[in-house]
Amino acid sequence: MGTNTILDMRGYRRPEPGTQPAYLFPPYKSTLRRAPTKPLVLLPHTLSEVTGPVFGHDAISPGDDDLTHANGGEAIGPRIIVSGRVLEEDGRPVPNALVEVWQANAGGRYRHRNCQPHSPLDPNFNGYGRVMTNSEGRYRFQSIKPGPYPWGNHSNAWRPSHIHFSLFGPAFVSRLVTQMYFEGDPLLPFDPIYNSIPDENARKLLISSFDWETTVPDHANGYHFDIVLRGRNETPMENKR
Amino acid sequence: MKLTATGNQTVGPYFHIGLSRMLIPVVAGPDAEGKRITIHGRVLDADQKPIPDALIETWQANAFGKYAHPEDMQDKPLQKGFLGFGRVATDDGGAFSLTTIKPGRVPGPGGILQAPHVEVSVFMRGLLRHLVTRIYFPDEAGNAEDPVLRLVEPDRRATMIAKKVPGSEGVLEWNVNMAGENETVFFDF
Repeated sequence: MGTNTILDMRGYRRPEPGTQPAYLFPPYKSTLRRAPTKPLVLLPHTLSEVTGPVFGHDAISPGDDDLTHANGGEAIGPRIIVSGRVLEEDGRPVPNALVEVWQANAGGRYRHRNCQPHSPLDPNFNGYGRVMTNSEGRYRFQSIKPGPYPWGNHSNAWRPSHIHFSLFGPAFVSRLVTQMYFEGDPLLPFDPIYNSIPDENARKLLISSFDWETTVPDHANGYHFDIVLRGRNETPMENKR
Repeated sequence: MKLTATGNQTVGPYFHIGLSRMLIPVVAGPDAEGKRITIHGRVLDADQKPIPDALIETWQANAFGKYAHPEDMQDKPLQKGFLGFGRVATDDGGAFSLTTIKPGRVPGPGGILQAPHVEVSVFMRGLLRHLVTRIYFPDEAGNAEDPVLRLVEPDRRATMIAKKVPGSEGVLEWNVNMAGENETVFFDF
């Protein structure tokens, strides 16, 4: 490997102001004792940062894209089909991206020992799935619309319906974990996690939209959710920001 | 076309449902060449209390300093079956353990070799966006000239350098302190 290749290392774009949440966000109480207090050190994007784990299609199994069946039966709740594209900031699709999802059941209950039993578990709903984007960056899975759930952040606090998404892009620094919300959810204005993203337009990108195109008659409502991963800098010099 | 990158949101308290399906506590199988190491540690909050719901992911080169990734064009051998990726969740005491091999040196800015290091992402309830840090190795001559370690104030560098566990060959201790006096160095990545 020649020196030129190193000098030519193109980093990933730094976020536009206001488009990512701060670590310390007092309305979300759990940030108070977990956010770093010292300034972060600007990390140059070296070979270690522009590479990242590459998963093969053997990372997923048949049925991983269908959350509506478990333990020999069908889950209760409104069936949904969630689909969209994973793109880079310049609009290029991200193929072979591993997408992991998890969520509460239709009653807002997670299959987890720490989740308060405010509503029953559904024996036929586990709440996890995995998909990989195709060559056009498209993904699709079938699930149940999750219910809102109460949490202890403040008095009468409710999380809006959401699905957790975890994505591996092409690089260590393109890792993304986010939550997808639903168009028209009345709880969104009151949710500190959703509102931790300062920029209103960036915040709205987390809301999926109802989609006739993918709605299947007599079966499921479609929701569309595109995900944008960080893109590359045009030149190596931008590395310095 | 210029799109806005999707904002991050916390993994929340129930990430195990989705992410513990693919735990990878053994990064290097028996076939991988290199010095085998086990890294133990705990994740602690600002009050030094253990964090029982954290997820740690690691990314590293193989023993030759080669990443299993198409952008690593170095003429160095790949190791069959060595992905270089680890993922562990903390237990009720905030502890985690990862078995791997010590990575080789990889090039850094300006052609200066970086000291052996492991990239780390930290996820948990209360972190709206994951944090990034690195694990370096003790008694490593390359640490002094490492171009990334040198960006950090000298008295904070030790938070990224794993410690030997006396009497246990190949066992290292590396803790994550989210905040406070011994706060781990985290990067703006």
